[in-house]
Amino acid sequence: MNICLVVYGFGDMEIERKDWMSILAKSTAAEVDALWSVLANRPEYTFLRSPEIGGVMVRGRMGATGDAFNLGEMTVTRCSVQLVTDEVGHGYVQGRDRNHAERAAVVDALLQGPRQQEILDQIVTPLVQSQAQRKSEKLRKAAATKVDFFTLVRGED
Amino acid sequence: MNSNAFTGGFAAPPQDGAFAFRAIMNAIAKPGLIFEIDGAQPPKELSCAAGCVILTLCDPDTPIALMSSCDTDDVRNWITFHTGAPIVSPAKAHFAAGTWDEMHPLVQFRQGVPQYPDRSATLIIECDDLQNVGATLRGPGIQDTRSLSLPETGAFQQNAAQFPLGVDFLFCAGTRIAGLPRTTQVSEG
Repeated sequence: MNICLVVYGFGDMEIERKDWMSILAKSTAAEVDALWSVLANRPEYTFLRSPEIGGVMVRGRMGATGDAFNLGEMTVTRCSVQLVTDEVGHGYVQGRDRNHAERAAVVDALLQGPRQQEILDQIVTPLVQSQAQRKSEKLRKAAATKVDFFTLVRGED
Repeated sequence: MNSNAFTGGFAAPPQDGAFAFRAIMNAIAKPGLIFEIDGAQPPKELSCAAGCVILTLCDPDTPIALMSSCDTDDVRNWITFHTGAPIVSPAKAHFAAGTWDEMHPLVQFRQGVPQYPDRSATLIIECDDLQNVGATLRGPGIQDTRSLSLPETGAFQQNAAQFPLGVDFLFCAGTRIAGLPRTTQVSEG
Protein backbone atom coordinates (compact mmCIF):
# COMPACT_ATOMS: atom_id res chain seq x y z
CA MET A 1 0.00 0.00 0.00
CA ASN A 2 1.18 3.47 -0.78
CA ILE A 3 1.22 5.16 2.59
CA CYS A 4 1.19 8.67 1.04
CA LEU A 5 -2.34 8.02 -0.12
CA VAL A 6 -3.62 7.92 3.39
CA VAL A 7 -1.23 10.16 5.30
CA TYR A 8 -3.05 13.26 4.12
CA GLY A 9 -6.49 11.92 4.94
CA PHE A 10 -8.75 10.03 2.61
CA GLY A 11 -10.33 13.04 0.93
CA ASP A 12 -12.09 11.81 -2.15
CA MET A 13 -9.92 8.72 -2.32
CA GLU A 14 -11.74 5.41 -2.09
CA ILE A 15 -10.34 3.42 0.78
CA GLU A 16 -10.51 -0.24 -0.03
CA ARG A 17 -10.72 -3.23 2.24
CA LYS A 18 -7.07 -4.15 1.65
CA ASP A 19 -6.06 -0.66 2.82
CA TRP A 20 -7.80 -0.91 6.17
CA MET A 21 -6.71 -4.52 6.61
CA SER A 22 -3.14 -3.35 6.14
CA ILE A 23 -3.58 -0.49 8.58
CA LEU A 24 -5.12 -2.77 11.21
CA ALA A 25 -2.44 -5.41 10.71
CA LYS A 26 0.32 -2.88 11.34
CA SER A 27 -1.38 -1.16 14.26
CA THR A 28 -0.26 -1.72 17.82
CA ALA A 29 -2.50 -3.50 20.32
CA ALA A 30 -2.50 -0.52 22.70
CA GLU A 31 -3.63 1.92 20.01
CA VAL A 32 -6.51 -0.24 18.83
CA ASP A 33 -7.51 -0.90 22.42
CA ALA A 34 -7.58 2.80 23.28
CA LEU A 35 -9.66 3.69 20.22
CA TRP A 36 -11.98 0.75 20.76
CA SER A 37 -12.64 1.56 24.40
CA VAL A 38 -14.08 4.98 23.53
CA LEU A 39 -16.20 3.73 20.61
CA ALA A 40 -19.93 4.14 21.16
CA ASN A 41 -22.42 1.34 20.39
CA ARG A 42 -20.03 -1.54 20.33
CA PRO A 43 -21.65 -4.34 18.35
CA GLU A 44 -22.45 -7.88 19.40
CA TYR A 45 -20.76 -10.68 17.50
CA THR A 46 -19.98 -14.37 17.49
CA PHE A 47 -16.69 -16.05 16.75
CA LEU A 48 -16.28 -17.93 13.48
CA ARG A 49 -12.68 -18.60 14.42
CA SER A 50 -11.52 -17.82 17.93
CA PRO A 51 -8.30 -15.83 18.16
CA GLU A 52 -5.38 -18.13 17.45
CA ILE A 53 -1.65 -17.53 17.37
CA GLY A 54 0.55 -18.82 14.58
CA GLY A 55 3.52 -18.01 12.42
CA VAL A 56 3.82 -16.88 8.84
CA MET A 57 6.91 -16.97 6.65
CA VAL A 58 7.76 -13.53 5.37
CA ARG A 59 9.26 -13.71 1.90
CA GLY A 60 11.21 -11.07 0.09
CA ARG A 61 12.87 -10.36 -3.23
CA MET A 62 16.29 -8.80 -3.53
CA GLY A 63 15.87 -5.53 -5.37
CA ALA A 64 12.22 -6.50 -5.96
CA THR A 65 13.29 -8.48 -9.04
CA GLY A 66 15.20 -11.58 -7.89
CA ASP A 67 13.84 -14.92 -6.80
CA ALA A 68 11.72 -14.98 -3.67
CA PHE A 69 13.60 -16.04 -0.56
CA ASN A 70 12.46 -16.66 3.01
CA LEU A 71 13.25 -13.59 5.05
CA GLY A 72 12.11 -15.04 8.36
CA GLU A 73 9.10 -16.05 10.37
CA MET A 74 6.88 -13.66 12.23
CA THR A 75 4.22 -14.26 14.81
CA VAL A 76 0.70 -13.48 13.69
CA THR A 77 -2.62 -13.74 15.51
CA ARG A 78 -5.81 -14.17 13.54
CA CYS A 79 -9.49 -14.13 14.32
CA SER A 80 -12.80 -14.16 12.42
CA VAL A 81 -16.10 -12.86 13.71
CA GLN A 82 -19.64 -12.39 12.50
CA LEU A 83 -21.73 -9.46 13.70
CA VAL A 84 -25.37 -9.91 14.64
CA THR A 85 -26.07 -7.94 11.44
CA ASP A 86 -24.30 -10.72 9.44
CA GLU A 87 -21.14 -8.93 8.32
CA VAL A 88 -18.09 -11.20 8.51
CA GLY A 89 -14.78 -9.69 9.55
CA HIS A 90 -11.27 -11.09 9.61
CA GLY A 91 -8.39 -9.83 11.69
CA TYR A 92 -4.72 -10.66 11.10
CA VAL A 93 -2.35 -8.72 13.33
CA GLN A 94 1.32 -8.95 14.18
CA GLY A 95 2.25 -10.24 17.60
CA ARG A 96 0.43 -12.57 19.96
CA ASP A 97 -2.28 -10.38 21.45
CA ARG A 98 -5.62 -12.18 21.11
CA ASN A 99 -7.69 -9.10 21.97
CA HIS A 100 -5.90 -7.17 19.26
CA ALA A 101 -6.86 -9.70 16.59
CA GLU A 102 -10.43 -9.81 17.88
CA ARG A 103 -10.80 -6.02 17.74
CA ALA A 104 -9.26 -5.91 14.27
CA ALA A 105 -11.77 -8.50 13.05
CA VAL A 106 -14.72 -6.60 14.52
CA VAL A 107 -13.49 -3.33 13.04
CA ASP A 108 -13.16 -5.02 9.64
CA ALA A 109 -16.74 -6.28 9.93
CA LEU A 110 -18.04 -2.84 10.97
CA LEU A 111 -16.26 -1.21 8.04
CA GLN A 112 -18.28 -3.35 5.64
CA GLY A 113 -21.58 -2.20 7.11
CA PRO A 114 -23.53 1.04 7.44
CA ARG A 115 -21.18 2.44 10.08
CA GLN A 116 -18.22 2.61 7.70
CA GLN A 117 -17.74 6.39 7.81
CA GLU A 118 -17.99 6.54 11.59
CA ILE A 119 -15.42 3.77 12.02
CA LEU A 120 -13.09 5.30 9.43
CA ASP A 121 -13.16 8.59 11.31
CA GLN A 122 -12.89 7.19 14.81
CA ILE A 123 -10.52 4.26 14.39
CA VAL A 124 -8.82 4.03 11.01
CA THR A 125 -7.82 7.68 10.60
CA PRO A 126 -6.16 7.93 14.03
CA LEU A 127 -4.29 4.68 13.30
CA VAL A 128 -3.09 6.05 9.97
CA GLN A 129 -1.90 9.23 11.63
CA SER A 130 0.01 7.46 14.37
CA GLN A 131 1.56 5.08 11.84
CA ALA A 132 2.65 8.02 9.69
CA GLN A 133 4.11 9.62 12.77
CA ARG A 134 6.03 6.48 13.69
CA LYS A 135 7.32 6.21 10.16
CA SER A 136 8.53 9.80 9.96
CA GLU A 137 10.17 9.47 13.36
CA LYS A 138 12.02 6.40 12.14
CA LEU A 139 13.06 8.15 8.95
CA ARG A 140 14.26 11.16 10.93
CA LYS A 141 16.39 8.99 13.20
CA ALA A 142 17.78 7.07 10.26
CA ALA A 143 18.50 10.26 8.33
CA ALA A 144 20.55 11.60 11.26
CA THR A 145 22.95 8.68 10.91
CA LYS A 146 23.41 9.06 7.18
CA VAL A 147 27.04 9.07 6.05
CA ASP A 148 28.12 10.53 2.72
CA PHE A 149 30.91 8.38 1.34
CA PHE A 150 33.38 9.90 -1.06
CA THR A 151 36.79 8.88 -2.20
CA LEU A 152 39.75 11.08 -1.42
CA VAL A 153 42.44 11.40 -4.01
CA ARG A 154 45.24 9.52 -2.30
CA GLY A 155 47.95 10.64 -4.64
CA GLU A 156 49.71 7.26 -4.85
CA ASP A 157 49.98 7.34 -8.58
CA MET B 1 -18.47 -15.91 -0.50
CA ASN B 2 -21.46 -16.55 1.72
CA SER B 3 -21.07 -16.85 5.44
CA ASN B 4 -21.90 -20.59 5.41
CA ALA B 5 -18.29 -21.13 4.48
CA PHE B 6 -17.24 -19.61 7.79
CA THR B 7 -19.54 -21.48 10.13
CA GLY B 8 -19.61 -25.14 11.08
CA GLY B 9 -16.06 -25.51 12.33
CA PHE B 10 -15.18 -27.16 15.64
CA ALA B 11 -16.54 -25.15 18.56
CA ALA B 12 -13.48 -25.98 20.66
CA PRO B 13 -10.80 -26.93 18.11
CA PRO B 14 -8.21 -28.46 20.49
CA GLN B 15 -10.69 -30.75 22.29
CA ASP B 16 -12.95 -31.57 19.33
CA GLY B 17 -9.89 -32.20 17.16
CA ALA B 18 -8.39 -34.54 19.75
CA PHE B 19 -11.63 -36.55 20.09
CA ALA B 20 -12.02 -36.76 16.33
CA PHE B 21 -8.37 -37.76 15.87
CA ARG B 22 -8.75 -40.56 18.38
CA ALA B 23 -11.90 -41.85 16.66
CA ILE B 24 -10.20 -41.79 13.25
CA MET B 25 -7.07 -43.48 14.61
CA ASN B 26 -9.19 -46.22 16.23
CA ALA B 27 -11.23 -46.63 13.06
CA ILE B 28 -8.05 -47.33 11.08
CA ALA B 29 -6.48 -49.48 13.85
CA LYS B 30 -9.62 -51.59 14.26
CA PRO B 31 -10.98 -52.00 10.74
CA GLY B 32 -14.71 -52.51 10.51
CA LEU B 33 -15.58 -51.13 13.96
CA ILE B 34 -17.95 -48.18 13.72
CA PHE B 35 -17.17 -45.06 15.76
CA GLU B 36 -19.17 -41.95 16.48
CA ILE B 37 -17.56 -38.65 15.57
CA ASP B 38 -19.15 -35.24 15.97
CA GLY B 39 -18.60 -31.50 16.15
CA ALA B 40 -18.41 -30.32 12.54
CA GLN B 41 -21.28 -28.89 10.50
CA PRO B 42 -19.97 -28.88 6.94
CA PRO B 43 -22.06 -27.80 3.92
CA LYS B 44 -24.86 -30.27 3.10
CA GLU B 45 -22.82 -32.10 0.44
CA LEU B 46 -20.56 -33.54 3.16
CA SER B 47 -21.56 -35.68 6.13
CA CYS B 48 -20.70 -34.61 9.64
CA ALA B 49 -18.13 -37.41 9.93
CA ALA B 50 -16.43 -36.47 6.67
CA GLY B 51 -16.35 -32.84 7.82
CA CYS B 52 -14.70 -33.89 11.10
CA VAL B 53 -12.07 -35.91 9.22
CA ILE B 54 -11.25 -32.96 6.98
CA LEU B 55 -11.07 -30.50 9.89
CA THR B 56 -8.86 -32.89 11.86
CA LEU B 57 -6.45 -34.24 9.24
CA CYS B 58 -6.26 -31.61 6.49
CA ASP B 59 -4.09 -28.51 6.41
CA PRO B 60 -2.19 -26.49 3.78
CA ASP B 61 0.23 -29.42 3.29
CA THR B 62 -2.44 -32.01 2.45
CA PRO B 63 -4.08 -31.39 -0.93
CA ILE B 64 -7.60 -32.74 -1.18
CA ALA B 65 -9.59 -33.90 -4.22
CA LEU B 66 -13.33 -33.30 -4.28
CA MET B 67 -15.26 -35.72 -6.46
CA SER B 68 -18.24 -34.33 -8.36
CA SER B 69 -20.93 -34.96 -5.69
CA CYS B 70 -19.18 -32.67 -3.21
CA ASP B 71 -17.29 -30.35 -5.56
CA THR B 72 -19.34 -27.20 -4.92
CA ASP B 73 -18.34 -23.65 -4.10
CA ASP B 74 -19.77 -24.08 -0.60
CA VAL B 75 -17.56 -27.08 0.12
CA ARG B 76 -14.49 -25.53 -1.47
CA ASN B 77 -14.89 -22.32 0.51
CA TRP B 78 -15.59 -24.19 3.73
CA ILE B 79 -12.45 -26.33 3.37
CA THR B 80 -10.37 -23.32 2.41
CA PHE B 81 -11.46 -21.22 5.36
CA HIS B 82 -11.25 -23.93 8.00
CA THR B 83 -8.20 -25.90 6.89
CA GLY B 84 -6.38 -24.04 4.10
CA ALA B 85 -6.00 -27.34 2.22
CA PRO B 86 -5.56 -26.86 -1.54
CA ILE B 87 -8.18 -28.45 -3.81
CA VAL B 88 -6.42 -30.54 -6.48
CA SER B 89 -6.97 -33.32 -9.04
CA PRO B 90 -7.17 -36.94 -7.79
CA ALA B 91 -3.66 -37.77 -9.03
CA LYS B 92 -2.11 -35.21 -6.67
CA ALA B 93 -4.42 -35.56 -3.69
CA HIS B 94 -3.48 -36.82 -0.23
CA PHE B 95 -7.18 -37.02 0.61
CA ALA B 96 -10.26 -37.43 -1.55
CA ALA B 97 -13.91 -37.06 -0.64
CA GLY B 98 -16.92 -38.36 -2.54
CA THR B 99 -19.23 -41.33 -3.02
CA TRP B 100 -17.92 -44.82 -3.83
CA ASP B 101 -19.13 -44.71 -7.45
CA GLU B 102 -17.06 -41.60 -8.11
CA MET B 103 -13.82 -43.13 -6.82
CA HIS B 104 -13.40 -45.56 -9.73
CA PRO B 105 -10.81 -46.39 -10.87
CA LEU B 106 -8.86 -46.45 -7.60
CA VAL B 107 -5.57 -46.28 -9.52
CA GLN B 108 -6.31 -42.63 -10.32
CA PHE B 109 -5.17 -41.88 -6.75
CA ARG B 110 -1.67 -41.89 -5.34
CA GLN B 111 -0.74 -45.49 -4.41
CA GLY B 112 2.61 -44.73 -2.78
CA VAL B 113 5.97 -45.90 -4.12
CA PRO B 114 7.98 -48.91 -2.85
CA GLN B 115 10.43 -46.69 -0.95
CA TYR B 116 7.63 -44.53 0.48
CA PRO B 117 4.34 -46.48 0.65
CA ASP B 118 2.94 -43.74 2.89
CA ARG B 119 2.81 -41.36 -0.06
CA SER B 120 -0.65 -42.61 -0.88
CA ALA B 121 -4.16 -41.22 -0.72
CA THR B 122 -6.79 -41.68 1.96
CA LEU B 123 -10.29 -41.82 0.50
CA ILE B 124 -13.18 -40.39 2.51
CA ILE B 125 -16.24 -42.18 1.20
CA GLU B 126 -19.76 -40.95 1.83
CA CYS B 127 -22.23 -43.78 2.46
CA ASP B 128 -25.98 -43.70 2.98
CA ASP B 129 -25.67 -46.17 5.80
CA LEU B 130 -22.98 -48.02 7.71
CA GLN B 131 -23.72 -51.34 9.40
CA ASN B 132 -21.79 -54.34 10.71
CA VAL B 133 -23.28 -56.67 8.10
CA GLY B 134 -22.09 -57.80 4.69
CA ALA B 135 -18.49 -58.30 3.59
CA THR B 136 -16.16 -60.21 5.91
CA LEU B 137 -12.94 -58.51 7.03
CA ARG B 138 -9.78 -60.26 8.27
CA GLY B 139 -6.34 -58.98 9.07
CA PRO B 140 -4.37 -56.79 11.52
CA GLY B 141 -6.59 -55.20 14.18
CA ILE B 142 -9.29 -57.87 13.83
CA GLN B 143 -9.31 -60.82 16.25
CA ASP B 144 -11.28 -63.26 14.08
CA THR B 145 -13.52 -61.66 11.55
CA ARG B 146 -15.68 -58.58 11.38
CA SER B 147 -18.46 -57.56 9.01
CA LEU B 148 -18.99 -54.20 7.37
CA SER B 149 -21.51 -52.98 4.80
CA LEU B 150 -19.03 -52.35 1.99
CA PRO B 151 -20.31 -51.30 -1.45
CA GLU B 152 -18.38 -54.17 -3.13
CA THR B 153 -15.45 -56.50 -2.47
CA GLY B 154 -13.43 -56.84 -5.69
CA ALA B 155 -11.85 -53.38 -5.63
CA PHE B 156 -10.81 -53.80 -1.99
CA GLN B 157 -9.23 -57.20 -2.75
CA GLN B 158 -7.23 -55.70 -5.61
CA ASN B 159 -6.17 -52.81 -3.37
CA ALA B 160 -5.05 -55.16 -0.57
CA ALA B 161 -3.15 -57.32 -3.08
CA GLN B 162 -0.88 -54.38 -3.86
CA PHE B 163 0.34 -54.18 -0.26
CA PRO B 164 2.49 -52.32 0.83
CA LEU B 165 1.17 -49.95 -1.84
CA GLY B 166 -2.47 -48.96 -2.13
CA VAL B 167 -4.96 -46.53 -0.68
CA ASP B 168 -6.80 -46.46 2.65
CA PHE B 169 -10.51 -45.87 3.18
CA LEU B 170 -12.67 -44.04 5.69
CA PHE B 171 -16.39 -44.70 5.32
CA CYS B 172 -18.66 -41.97 6.63
CA ALA B 173 -22.41 -41.97 7.19
CA GLY B 174 -23.86 -39.11 9.24
CA THR B 175 -21.82 -39.08 12.44
CA ARG B 176 -20.60 -42.69 12.02
CA ILE B 177 -17.19 -43.61 10.70
CA ALA B 178 -15.38 -46.86 9.95
CA GLY B 179 -11.93 -47.47 8.52
CA LEU B 180 -10.56 -49.96 6.02
CA PRO B 181 -6.77 -49.83 5.64
CA ARG B 182 -4.99 -51.61 2.79
CA THR B 183 -3.89 -54.39 5.20
CA THR B 184 -7.41 -55.74 5.60
CA GLN B 185 -8.43 -58.82 3.58
CA VAL B 186 -11.99 -58.53 2.30
CA SER B 187 -14.17 -61.44 1.23
CA GLU B 188 -17.82 -61.88 0.36
CA GLY B 189 -20.08 -61.99 3.42
